[in-house]
Amino acid sequence: MDPEVGRQSSNSGVSTPALREPERAKLRPRSLRRLRPFAPFVALVVLSLLVGALNPRFFEFNNVVRIANSAAIPLVLALGETFVIILGSVDLSVEGVLAVGAVVISLLVRNDSNANALGWTGAALAIAICAGIGCLSGLIHVQLRIPSFMATLGIWFVGVGMATLALGGSTVRVLDTNIRSLALTRLLEFPLAVWVALSALGLAWVFERFTRIGRYVYAIGGGEDLAVLSGIPVKRVKVVIFTLAGALYGLAGLLSAAQLGMGNALIGSGRLFFTITAVVVGGSALTGGEGGVLNTFIGVLIIAVLANGMVLLGISPYVQQAVQGLLIIVAVALSIDRARLKIVK
Amino acid sequence: MLSVKNVSKTFGVVQALDDVSLEINENEVVGLVGENGAGKSTLMRVLAGVYAPDRGSLQLGGKSIVFGSPTGANLNGIGIVFQEQSLLPNLSIAENIYLGQERQFVRLGLISRQRLNAAARRQLEKVHADFDPRTRTSELNFAARQMVELAKALALEERTDRHLVILLDEPTSMLEQRDIDILFARVRALRARASFVFVSHRLEEVLEISDRIYVMKDGRVVAHMPVADATVPQLHQLMVGRDRHAEYYRESRQHAPRAEVVMEASGLAVDGAYREIDFTLRKGEVLGIAGVIGSGREELTRTLFGFLPQTRGKLRVNGREVRLNSPSEAADIGIGYIPRERRVEGLVLPLSVAVNMTLASLQAVKIRGVISPKRERELAKRWVEKLHVRTPSVDTLCLQLSGGNQQKVVLSKWMNARSRILIFDHPTRGLDVGAKEEVYELIRDLSDDGIAIVLTADTLEETIGLCHSILAMRDGRVTARFDASPGSKPSQVDLIRHMV
Repeated sequence: MDPEVGRQSSNSGVSTPALREPERAKLRPRSLRRLRPFAPFVALVVLSLLVGALNPRFFEFNNVVRIANSAAIPLVLALGETFVIILGSVDLSVEGVLAVGAVVISLLVRNDSNANALGWTGAALAIAICAGIGCLSGLIHVQLRIPSFMATLGIWFVGVGMATLALGGSTVRVLDTNIRSLALTRLLEFPLAVWVALSALGLAWVFERFTRIGRYVYAIGGGEDLAVLSGIPVKRVKVVIFTLAGALYGLAGLLSAAQLGMGNALIGSGRLFFTITAVVVGGSALTGGEGGVLNTFIGVLIIAVLANGMVLLGISPYVQQAVQGLLIIVAVALSIDRARLKIVK
Repeated sequence: MLSVKNVSKTFGVVQALDDVSLEINENEVVGLVGENGAGKSTLMRVLAGVYAPDRGSLQLGGKSIVFGSPTGANLNGIGIVFQEQSLLPNLSIAENIYLGQERQFVRLGLISRQRLNAAARRQLEKVHADFDPRTRTSELNFAARQMVELAKALALEERTDRHLVILLDEPTSMLEQRDIDILFARVRALRARASFVFVSHRLEEVLEISDRIYVMKDGRVVAHMPVADATVPQLHQLMVGRDRHAEYYRESRQHAPRAEVVMEASGLAVDGAYREIDFTLRKGEVLGIAGVIGSGREELTRTLFGFLPQTRGKLRVNGREVRLNSPSEAADIGIGYIPRERRVEGLVLPLSVAVNMTLASLQAVKIRGVISPKRERELAKRWVEKLHVRTPSVDTLCLQLSGGNQQKVVLSKWMNARSRILIFDHPTRGLDVGAKEEVYELIRDLSDDGIAIVLTADTLEETIGLCHSILAMRDGRVTARFDASPGSKPSQVDLIRHMV
């Protein structure tokens, strides 16, 4: 792992100026804090060894491919969410935008419901529409000054509604073999979708580390007022980030349509919970300013390994769900320095 | 070079700056002194482009100029090192120094970290700081962060052809002597490339580092002089020098406190904030704590109400030794807190007067475990009458009341909870004159009823006028105790001598 990642996520972004006194710096247990960023990675390794010990089939190559395949779509979604969360906001519209993306793609490429056959152009159009929806969320958030969770909660349902309306509640099958090949064609044993997700991760990492907007995301999450004073175009950055998140949800919509060979309005059900869990389990703080896409990568893998492991161990799906619910609480408990939060809402 | 011409600025009813004029020449260190609330910080913020003046203007090289924003001030060569620091803790030193200025390091859309870090290292060299620019600023201690801020301000050299003016707002208040010496050495060395405005409570420091000194009082500049002509006693006199109207503070109603001691501190300390604090507080006594920002008085006040438990020493309340771990523990033993930020800490503004008044004493209005709205409103009505709260009804929401009346609601809350000791934390801040007088009247009433009061006031005259006895604090210690009985009240100069 890049040591720089650790540097970015060593503690929560919350700090009260009143408490930033010299003696606090002295009292800080440095060594523990330095280790904290690596906790998710250690958790992943320990979890994998544990599952592998209980069921050696875990380490079989086929199973590794299965885990990778199951993690591809969550990774793309979580990448978009990561930037929003580092901003200190949250995006709940994941499932709605993903549904719009999947449905629009299904209707634009060769399908069993209309005569369209736009192929990759259709896919690009759908992603652009999703980016537009993300942009809308961002504009509602910054221009109307509505909390991001409220704005995106609304957009979530608008998205599901639009997708349902487009299909009249039914399902449309994707017949375009190019699109389907994302899920069906393999390169070096892994489905193309996995490579798409990894490419998205790479680009997102470059964006995070080496662009001005990437820098500003951290500045805004770390202290929005100071960011404004430094002349950072805070509103514009926020809208760009929500737009980017929308585009990534659209890409996830494409991968979903390819994987399932169909589009319907409920294709995204359950995705939001895993997206936010993955970001948080990876060590990005919900208070903003901390974390990154590599953290999220680890977070997605933890959840994928846990889910896969529980299946291998024959644990009931209901228990699995409960375990995942507990996981997010434990992750937040471990990642945030709550002693420094004066008020928890 | 840079001059402030007849600038005024008001916030609500408070006149923060009143016709202020000031001149900063090239390669000069200008000292700015004044009591709390004299307007120093506001003036700095006007210079830094954070506030726009209501009247008057800023002039650069004889031309009128409007900054509009901190960025505008930066482009005219003005940088500020804020009292409350302005580095983002989650970014590295280099990222902080060039925050908002990354364009110069971008090639093909990507930031070159190497070039960013190298440039930051050059800025750090100007202040002789050999930090690794990749270090997160949260890893640095206060003094180190201040050096980074200074480097950040000096980086302006690359953005503007103007002569730099760097504003240092209370830069020494949190520093150890060793770090102060380092800072002063840097300022002296950097005077060749910039002018400085140095704001401090500590007059010796101002005399040490400045070329010229401006003295502010009540939002005005009352004097300016070359440093050679200034002495500490003279500055003290200029900083206060104001007549106290005895009747304004209802001094004729000040009676000797009763004998019974309700609160007693011995050797009280919070590491890093204050130490070795001893005092006794008697029934009906008003005890004032005087001190500038950073003297430890705010922390001491917070200890007495359980916000900041002491790390050493003993605190006795009604003869019993206590350690207050939370405000609710304090409330349970009869201590009430009238906060300065009543909007944040004292009242739930969107709730009614009645609900706020009973918030700390719900037991009294419960019938069989359920809150009785009828009883609650009856109780509230009694307090509204007793304290003359001007409100249409007890169901009125607190956010609709004026500041003075909100303060009375906070007070009723604690009176309701049968608090016998009240901590007043800047009770008149932001109030107009009439509302202030009502608060003074109230303090006398409470004192007559045998309520003991610890007061940290906004001004020295308020402290002197209202209190029976006064502790002066400096750098976390009590430096003097004054008896302030009517007729033998200390002067402001007496007090301030022990504060700065």
